[in-house]
Amino acid sequence: MVKERKLRVMVAKPGLDGHDRGARIIARAFRDAGFEVVYTGLHQTPDAIVQAAIQEDVDMVGLSSLAGAHMYLFPEVVRLLREKGIEDIVVCGGGIIPDEDIPKLKEAGIAQVFTPGSKLEDIVNWVREHVKPRGA
Amino acid sequence: MASAVEKVLAGDVRTVARLIRDIDDRVPGVRETLKALYPHTGHAYVVGITGAPGVGKSTIVDQMVAHLRKAGKTVGVLAVDPTSPFTGGAILGDRIRMQRHSLDEGVFIRSLATRGHFGGLTQSTRSAIDVLDAMGKDYILVETVGVGQDEVDVVKSAHTTIIVVIPGMGDDIQAIKAGILEVGDIFLVNKADRDGADKTVNELRQMIDMGHQKHKEGKWKPPILKAEAVFDRGVAELLEAIENHRAYLMESKGQQHLLRRARRVREELAEMVKNRLVQEVLDQMVESGDFERAVEAILAGETDPYTASDHLVLSKLGRRR
Repeated sequence: MVKERKLRVMVAKPGLDGHDRGARIIARAFRDAGFEVVYTGLHQTPDAIVQAAIQEDVDMVGLSSLAGAHMYLFPEVVRLLREKGIEDIVVCGGGIIPDEDIPKLKEAGIAQVFTPGSKLEDIVNWVREHVKPRGA
Repeated sequence: MASAVEKVLAGDVRTVARLIRDIDDRVPGVRETLKALYPHTGHAYVVGITGAPGVGKSTIVDQMVAHLRKAGKTVGVLAVDPTSPFTGGAILGDRIRMQRHSLDEGVFIRSLATRGHFGGLTQSTRSAIDVLDAMGKDYILVETVGVGQDEVDVVKSAHTTIIVVIPGMGDDIQAIKAGILEVGDIFLVNKADRDGADKTVNELRQMIDMGHQKHKEGKWKPPILKAEAVFDRGVAELLEAIENHRAYLMESKGQQHLLRRARRVREELAEMVKNRLVQEVLDQMVESGDFERAVEAILAGETDPYTASDHLVLSKLGRRR
């Protein structure tokens, strides 16, 4: 009886922004979708997020930012992952992100960006479709 | 390319992280790696930390890591959280309190979900302990919510088991005595600045002393400590108590240590045999269609589950009633 790989995702809040309500709701939605969700809490540096993602062997890192520093923090997480030769951890982001920033973030390797209008259901479905258990 | 075994022994974080996942996902072939790693285990000192949600286990673990690192020791942490029985998902939030160690190369922290597979938690956590041991960690801290037999078994496989309570838990202390009081080597009353800390200490003392009247002289008497882990108060004392317990285990040529190890090996082996047997036999029954036929027969009212299971098992064993 070979079991299916379980999806492991991380939800992280980089930077100084102290509001994690959205991140917590997303974490719950992922749990209810049957994923294992590692939640790291507030005020994380990109470095700490990347180390945690490696130790936890997650398939995706979801970054949340409401304080405007996403243009530095999100690409930095991607850059550090790639620097370590990790290509297969999907990075996506969410929060208060102006529309004009989204193409630039995608160019920097952020796979998808969710903004306040996004439905939980749509986010979960996107993850199901685009994130596969690594090494499966 | 170096093999997974070599990489684990060299302390490669990514290989270790993946291997623990493979253990959890029960990937075939992982047994071979574990077999090769086993001779390299037995060096780490394993500490189990258990207690109800909210008593401060993760904060205590975080402070213990800080102290152990200051003493130059490397540390592995396994933090176990429950899987939702409804969705199969889990929120693993123990890292929140430990993230300050994530850039420290001497620390490896891994969150595990209970997943609820049969006998699974115990076995996969033990395997993960073996991996961190082989990786070369000096101390391995295993944190679980101590409910259910599986979790009791996990903490029982530690060298030293710490049970954490907080003041004013009242009847909860009565509840823990049923299953887990017996396995505690050290009791810690955390959040001891709260009202009723001394009362909780006294209640614990009474309960433990009652249990210990049965024991002989020279046996370990579990200390009851107070702490406010958030302020790092009482953590140094906790580590000292762990070292005392370790010294006790090593007394008279490590007699206690050997006894514990023998008990652990015995339980581990029995469990592995049991799991393996059940898995193999069930697989065969499913494959041959006997299992599904029995289910249909029960549904059709032709037989009952008691008779059907008798029949399945006895025919497997080649015996007749």
